[in-house]
Amino acid sequence: MEEVKKYTFKDFQSDQEVRWCPGCDDYVILRSMLKALPEMGVKKEDIVFISGIGCSSRFPYYVDTYGMHGIHGRAAAIASGVKLANPKLSVWTITGDGDSLAIGGNHFIHVLRRNIDINIVLFNNEIYGLTKGQFSPTSLIGQKTKSSPYGNTQPPFEPGELAIGAQARFFARLGGNSPKEMAALFVEAEKHKGTSLIEILQNCVIFNDGCYTQYTDKEVREDKQLHVEHGKKMIFGKNKNKGLVLDGLKLKVVTIGEDGVTEDDILVHDAKESDSTMHHMLVKLKYPLVTGIIRSVDEMTFEEREAQLTEEVKAKSSCVKVDDLFFSGETYEVK
Amino acid sequence: MISEKAKPNKKKVEQVNAVVIRFVGDSGDGMQLTGTQFTDTSAMFGNDVATFPNYPSEIRAPQGSLYGVSGFQVHIGSMEISTPGDDLDLLVAMNPAGLKTNIGALKPGHTVIVDTDAFTKKNLQKAEYDSNPLEDGSLENYRVIEVAMTTLTREALKDLGLDNKSIVRSKNMFALGMVYWMYNRDMEHTLEFFAKKFKFKPIIAEANSKVLKAGFYFAETLELIPNSYTIAPSKMAKGQYRIVNGNTATAWGLLAASEKSGLELFLGSYPITPATDILHELVKYKHFGVKAFQAEDEIAGITSSIGASFAGDLAVTTTSGPGLALKGEAIGLALMTELPLVIINVQRGGPSTGLPTKTEQSDLLQAMYGRNGESPVVVIAASTPANCFDYSYMAAKLALEHMTPVILLTDGYIANGSEPWKIKSINEMPEIGNRKITTASDSWHPYDRDNETLARNWAVPGTPGLEHRVGGLEKDKISGNVSYVPENHEYMTNIRAEKVKRVENYIPDLKSEYQEEGDLLVVGWGGTYGSLHSAVGRLNDEGHKVGHVHFNYINPMPKNTSEVFSKFKKIIVCELNKGQLAFILKAKYGDKHEFKQYNKVQGLPFSVIDLEEKFKTLLKEK
Repeated sequence: MEEVKKYTFKDFQSDQEVRWCPGCDDYVILRSMLKALPEMGVKKEDIVFISGIGCSSRFPYYVDTYGMHGIHGRAAAIASGVKLANPKLSVWTITGDGDSLAIGGNHFIHVLRRNIDINIVLFNNEIYGLTKGQFSPTSLIGQKTKSSPYGNTQPPFEPGELAIGAQARFFARLGGNSPKEMAALFVEAEKHKGTSLIEILQNCVIFNDGCYTQYTDKEVREDKQLHVEHGKKMIFGKNKNKGLVLDGLKLKVVTIGEDGVTEDDILVHDAKESDSTMHHMLVKLKYPLVTGIIRSVDEMTFEEREAQLTEEVKAKSSCVKVDDLFFSGETYEVK
Repeated sequence: MISEKAKPNKKKVEQVNAVVIRFVGDSGDGMQLTGTQFTDTSAMFGNDVATFPNYPSEIRAPQGSLYGVSGFQVHIGSMEISTPGDDLDLLVAMNPAGLKTNIGALKPGHTVIVDTDAFTKKNLQKAEYDSNPLEDGSLENYRVIEVAMTTLTREALKDLGLDNKSIVRSKNMFALGMVYWMYNRDMEHTLEFFAKKFKFKPIIAEANSKVLKAGFYFAETLELIPNSYTIAPSKMAKGQYRIVNGNTATAWGLLAASEKSGLELFLGSYPITPATDILHELVKYKHFGVKAFQAEDEIAGITSSIGASFAGDLAVTTTSGPGLALKGEAIGLALMTELPLVIINVQRGGPSTGLPTKTEQSDLLQAMYGRNGESPVVVIAASTPANCFDYSYMAAKLALEHMTPVILLTDGYIANGSEPWKIKSINEMPEIGNRKITTASDSWHPYDRDNETLARNWAVPGTPGLEHRVGGLEKDKISGNVSYVPENHEYMTNIRAEKVKRVENYIPDLKSEYQEEGDLLVVGWGGTYGSLHSAVGRLNDEGHKVGHVHFNYINPMPKNTSEVFSKFKKIIVCELNKGQLAFILKAKYGDKHEFKQYNKVQGLPFSVIDLEEKFKTLLKEK
């Protein structure tokens, strides 16, 4: 393996002034990314950030790697082309709930289905920010926005549920105010072969302030969030005494030490289980809200399948140059 | 393999220069295969050929229905053949529906061969005949050859133990056998074709061979056919040929451009008639390193290609009219980021879903202007099935050397039509450069331009020191960073236009065929070349001074365009639309020249006879 230079945070900072609103979680995400990039062992010139349109999608301008600020909804498709053209690259897609779940919904599900080895960071703030406050596909029923003054009447997508339905092999979720876990998570996503989807619960201070406080506030976080780790028991709470058990076909929160429940009864998180039933239940839970790497399953990537097939075809074919093709088969001579 | 040479005819043999034959039947009757076999055999004999398949959009339309008729027309000759022909010399109708929808095209007094077994009460009803045309005298202006083809086919195969379906399915070969005899064609090529195609089903190969020969010998002995015809080989340039259709030629031009440029070919595409065959063709060539990606929609087709272009591949997307509409915004991204991209639009009848399997020069204005903002791109058009090869190659060359999206327009007529292609070796093709850079100097900027072409440089991911960002927001003229500076936007708008305009320095001059000056100039573009060329040729044969110019380069136009126009007294612009090129010409040259128009929108090519008439009328007018 080629030696990769030891980079620092500053190596990845671009010379562009960051223009998000003061207090936006996007700053946390950017800082976490700049911290994570030197830890990935990837050469700077081999990293590409592709975005669509929206507040989140300004991101590539702020990272000193190759990048493209694309058009609305299409980041996943552009990124797919970059990766297929050059599978050696580390390709990141930066997108939002409007960009990926509304206008770009089709590309979002299909990139997951194909399992192209790119990393998607989905900034979910449950609102359209850049267009100044319309409801998005993740806005809640009843939510009052500029385009729903009497309350939103469209039921929301749960991004993790949609992704798992589209056969996502890697899905993680994290609050926007968890910088330490976030940098580590980005490194894990890069390591995973196949499409990695990371949903960041990102607070929009202007148009949807506080939408996640019930889960992410320092005061309630430990009681309301279950941060899962593969192979570990799904225990949460300030006193580490709450946990998940199966009750029939549903997950149930129990308290260790009450009603005869012991730690042994608590379910162990298996992110690598290929059957997605449990992962689906975890992403749907509202109490506790599950964060961390919920699903991480190894499977051949699309570009690996393509490369394998190409090798097989090459081995069988005697056609090396286009002239071999043009002058073979049904040709005839005019004398 | 036993060679079946056409036996010497005892009947009279008549020499003709050219014939137009059309095979029609149900869409499951194998008319396309029948026509292709006749074409290939004739081409190998040395005739010039041009074909025109005409089929319904339904894959298997209800049997016997009028809208389910599939046809294949071929024009063969001992002279230059540039269209599939207008009126028919011979019609082969496998059922009443085929007869009803095509008899109008047969020249009076000429021959129609029908399968009488298909003229049942039920089929006549489906074809909406009140009485049997074979009995009611309605065909008295034609020479009708009635053959119980299904019965004779069944008879020929009675010893093979085949099921009824397979037997009936080979009756098209009976018809082909008859036509082979009538035109003194050799059966050998088709017999070899069966042996190869049905290598693992020898009984089917045998059945088809038997039926073909049965048809051939039946025609020989049938008294209803008094004579046969020969068409001498055409005087074509020496060399190696093959029959290609436009879509194959388009795909091969891209393969050649990929090899010549040393860049891997990436195709992002979504299935759409009549462009899909380019995708079908390119997916075969993984061994050339072709990355053909069937995307989830038209937009992903082009945006994945933009990603591949950003990453350094020769990137292409293929589509037809409705797909081009969906790609509009992304074409804007490619022109804003100034990345090389080839967009191929195989035009079909529009608007909306329109006429998917029929031809129309529907999208010239869409290709020119169908985007938001000031968004010029290079627009070129192929004009024959074979030259689709040259123009897809040129599209790639211009895109790579000028760092711009290039839209190549072909259409259903030339995409599905076929003709002989004098095979071009890669060594005959012009060099293709590109703007890739591999080392960074301190003064490097992503939007540094070539002084001559104004093409920016192409720094691809993986190159150390050239990390940069591009995007759809307006770019600073040097750094490529986002810029809202008013003067910068105007500067960049102008430079993007100037860059495309300067392509005019790299394309050939416009040349008028037949006459360099005269009474009338016929102007066309794209797939109508063959019809206009034939019509103008005939007028010149009759002594008229008529020239023909045909645009392959539309944006920018050749620099001498106005000069060529000025040599003619009258100019008529002929298009299979309501006048889209005429609209552009009037805007550009309307102050200097007057443009008359001839337009047709029936989903069909021009008729050479109609063109001739129109031109003659125009010549007579004061």
